[in-house]
Amino acid sequence: MAQITLDNLAHSYLPKPKGEEDYALKQLDHVWNDGEAYALLGASGCGKSTLLNIISGLLVPSRGRILFGDRDVTRADTVARNIAQVFQFPVVYDTMSVGDNLSFPLRNRGMDAAYIAARVQKVARMIGVEDMLGRKARGLTADAKQKISLGRGMVREDVNAILFDEPLTVIDPHMKWELRTQLKALHNEFGHTMIYVTHDQTEALTFADKVVVMNDGRVVQLGTPEELFDRPEHTFVGYFIGSPGMNLIDAEVSGNTADCAGHAVPLGGSYKALRGRVQIGVRPEFVTLASGEEGLPVTIRRIEDVGRHQIMRAEFAGRPLNAILPEGMSVPAGANRLKFVPERVNVYVDDWRVSPLHSVSTPAQEAV
Amino acid sequence: MDKVQNNKAWFLVLPVLLLVAFSAVIPLMTVVNYSVQDTFGNNVFFWEGLTWFQEVLTSKQVHAALGRQLMFSAIILAIQIPLGIAVALCMPKRGVWASVCLVLMALPLLIPWNVVGTIWQILGRTDIGLLGYVLDQLGISWNYSRNALHAWIIVVVMDVWHWTSLVALLAYAGLQSIPQAYYQAARIDQASRWKVFRYIELPKMAGVLLIAILLRFMDSFMIYTEPFVVTGGGPGTATSFLSIDLVKLALGQFDLGPAAAFSIMYFLVILLVCWVFYTVMTNLDKAEGR
Repeated sequence: MAQITLDNLAHSYLPKPKGEEDYALKQLDHVWNDGEAYALLGASGCGKSTLLNIISGLLVPSRGRILFGDRDVTRADTVARNIAQVFQFPVVYDTMSVGDNLSFPLRNRGMDAAYIAARVQKVARMIGVEDMLGRKARGLTADAKQKISLGRGMVREDVNAILFDEPLTVIDPHMKWELRTQLKALHNEFGHTMIYVTHDQTEALTFADKVVVMNDGRVVQLGTPEELFDRPEHTFVGYFIGSPGMNLIDAEVSGNTADCAGHAVPLGGSYKALRGRVQIGVRPEFVTLASGEEGLPVTIRRIEDVGRHQIMRAEFAGRPLNAILPEGMSVPAGANRLKFVPERVNVYVDDWRVSPLHSVSTPAQEAV
Repeated sequence: MDKVQNNKAWFLVLPVLLLVAFSAVIPLMTVVNYSVQDTFGNNVFFWEGLTWFQEVLTSKQVHAALGRQLMFSAIILAIQIPLGIAVALCMPKRGVWASVCLVLMALPLLIPWNVVGTIWQILGRTDIGLLGYVLDQLGISWNYSRNALHAWIIVVVMDVWHWTSLVALLAYAGLQSIPQAYYQAARIDQASRWKVFRYIELPKMAGVLLIAILLRFMDSFMIYTEPFVVTGGGPGTATSFLSIDLVKLALGQFDLGPAAAFSIMYFLVILLVCWVFYTVMTNLDKAEGR
């Protein structure tokens, strides 16, 4: 197991990249701690697979180095890196039995037979395939095959990291929960460094200790799920994470007040003069209904009842503005204004978050 | 809507029935008709029952031809299947050269049988053929029209040249359908090249290989034109395969009765082999889908 260092890393698929836009993966400098579970989250084509392939050794980056512990593995191949990988589609050896599938990586490394048998038993128990060890892998369901793929990734104890490339894509929704829970349990038990690529925020947030949000070849934020929720560093994080995503409103900020199309919105802190495109962002969880003169005047479009709460779709100055209302609450007549919890309002300049001059302590998450 | 019973609907299948009758049933029944009768000309026929079948079944000549035929099919399968797989494994996976290879490989398949026969007939001659001349100059007394072994070699090599591409193309199609993730997973699992072939490539190719074996077996079992052009079945009867023998019997000696009985049994053997292959293939599919 090892700490993974991405040193000055960048990659372009073109032989001679000219500008920054030629890079599929823009400059990266990160240290990923040993034994933590990371999720690479982003939309399709954001560069997360490129990054994964660089870590797994399928791609040599155009620039920079990658280190496992102290060892430079930039040019080392997959085998030398001693990693395991689980792919998007289940990869099983059809003609082998389930047990042979699980033991294959160990047998190829010439491990001791008794050790292999014990290890296979243990992994089989973890992923719940003990009763089919003797069965041929051919003809199993996609769920079962993917479980075997997971098991084969897990079977070696000494791997530096286990990489997951959207491993639950082909799995039925009800099985996703189960497999993800198992993965989490496996991570807690074995303590491998895990890197999990996904475009599904729920998967990323429930699985990972740290989420790496990527957009357009760039890592826009690396943080715990709470940090991504409370303080999205980039408007992309705000809108990509959360359901619905963060509301963004063009504003002019002076001191501790934002001016949105002529309406004042109180902020949680004071800001110095800002230049560029200034927006305020607030999650729908921290938007409340009001009437009278306070708050932003909105046009309410519709209310969606999603069970645990209701989503109100409204419009302010021609832009959508969403709010999450408690379950069962009905909108009182005359309520056509929305207020924000001031401490929960973030300020963005050209899509990047700026901190207030004096920092405000984040309140406990009461409204989540 | 309720379904209406109307037996006039049977008339709608009449055209197909007529077509099948003329294209298959009537010719086949003519053969059956010949196989149980004898004639001395003038369109006078005598009932012979199963005599011709017995004669063919006990004929040493037919046994020998069947033996040669099975031997030929076995040899070309034993060469073409592994060779075709090997060629497919060596072909580039993508790019311009992949297309070039595909076109080159497809060329022999497009050449008519008798042209292939003529090409090799000339190629093997010591006076004007490149191959024969070279062998002769190397001091090998090469003569495929006198030496039975040489005749076999040239017929087998010709068939390998003509048809290995088919196996290679089918195997190549099978290989192309394997997702890249399998190879990556195998590398991570540290599988040797042999194990990649044994546990990934071969199982994924099994379906197309079975089709290749079926096609090559049927074709080689019915082979006529090429050996007829190259060796004429000789020297002696060394390369007289079943269909060459059949033609000799039917057209050379004009023994219509025995030839008809021979044809029917030849047909039944091929039908049987087809059925066996079909059963194996559908079972394999079922095992896959389970």
